[in-house]
Amino acid sequence: MKPAPFTYHRPSTVAEVTALLAEHGDEAKVLAGGQSLVPMLALRLARFEHLVDLNFVPELAGIRANGSLVVGAMTRQAAVERSADVARTVPLLARSVPLIGHFQIRNRGTVGGSIAHADPASELPAVVLALRAEATVAGSAGRRTVPADELFVGTWTTAVEPDELLVDVRFPTAKPRSGAALVELARRHGDFAVAGAACTLSLDGDDRVADAGVALLGMGPVPLRASSAETDLAGAAPSAADLVEVAERAAAATEPVDDVHGSARYRRRVCAHLLAQALGQAFEEARRG
Amino acid sequence: MDEMTVEVSVNGETHKGSVEARKTLADFLREDCALTGTHLACEHGVCGACTVLVDGQAVRSCLMFAVQAEGSEVVTVEGLSPNDGSLNPLQEAFREHHGLQCGFCTPGFIVSVTAFLRDHPHPSDDEIREGLSGNLCRCTGYQGIVRAVRAAAGAGA
Repeated sequence: MKPAPFTYHRPSTVAEVTALLAEHGDEAKVLAGGQSLVPMLALRLARFEHLVDLNFVPELAGIRANGSLVVGAMTRQAAVERSADVARTVPLLARSVPLIGHFQIRNRGTVGGSIAHADPASELPAVVLALRAEATVAGSAGRRTVPADELFVGTWTTAVEPDELLVDVRFPTAKPRSGAALVELARRHGDFAVAGAACTLSLDGDDRVADAGVALLGMGPVPLRASSAETDLAGAAPSAADLVEVAERAAAATEPVDDVHGSARYRRRVCAHLLAQALGQAFEEARRG
Repeated sequence: MDEMTVEVSVNGETHKGSVEARKTLADFLREDCALTGTHLACEHGVCGACTVLVDGQAVRSCLMFAVQAEGSEVVTVEGLSPNDGSLNPLQEAFREHHGLQCGFCTPGFIVSVTAFLRDHPHPSDDEIREGLSGNLCRCTGYQGIVRAVRAAAGAGA
């Protein structure tokens, strides 16, 4: 037994969860798939008096596609991977999930858990930012909606307060004539990305960019939206060379860490290359219509 | 210390116990169920040695607490071979193709590959390697493992 002792709670409704969180405040932590939290507990990097297990709250799991795609926080990543609704309506999400960990991790890991964990190198926060998804958050006082741009406030920190719970995430459905890609570099399949880029874009009738969303993985202390790249692309009909320039500008504006996995300079170069590649793939897909 | 009761089906047999909430499913299987085929190495979700099937899905048993398996059906490596003690076709393929050296990681590989081949009965080599990527072999005997999985897939294991 490696984690420190804790009191285990097994609520069955969201109302019970928020009541427990209101009672125990920051001494309590919600336990979703446990694929990041349990290692942190085992290594004693984190310690909580109370763990509130969400795995027995059926209302938190499920995928609903009507107008937009709503994914319950406790939906397993493996369920997203298998979902025809996700593949059809939000291709960027469908393509990103297989890059998370390994299939054994995705069998337990959840969409909400990965987003709430807010690791700057992980895939789903980048997908949320690129798509400008919205999170529904529940507290004992009621529910509120948090837009993507306000969700990620620091490393492993979101706008979800200690007495609140991420309930679901609403992803906009892909438009016609759109394309999307997430490309990352990892030392081995399933490792955290050294750097990566997610993008989605749609074209108008003249093959000009009507709308673009770009986010970067592993390029700073928080999951990053690359607004400059979005602005560069808006209304443009860029060549492949233009895309490289857009990507280089976006990467140059970041301040990634220097660590054993790569220097900041290396990460910027890799990121620029990956973003250009992702944008190129998205364009090609959008032009095919 | 607060203990909780837990009731889990393991390899078709009901196991009831009283455990601390912080006891992992892996420790419960090894200590309370006396099923030591499930191995523990890293104990933080990296190596895959502790992989078991929970309700049919391969998961890291070091990243689940035993109390979370309440009401679930767990299958460990012990539950994968025939009752007469012989090897199943996948295990035979590992032996035939030298898919193990020291053998410590092997239970995790066997359980993972069992689920992988069920879901991907005709995998390409790339799919096999990606499917194996969640299990580490510190003897680095991966070539033999890939050959064993390829052979087992070809034989319809």
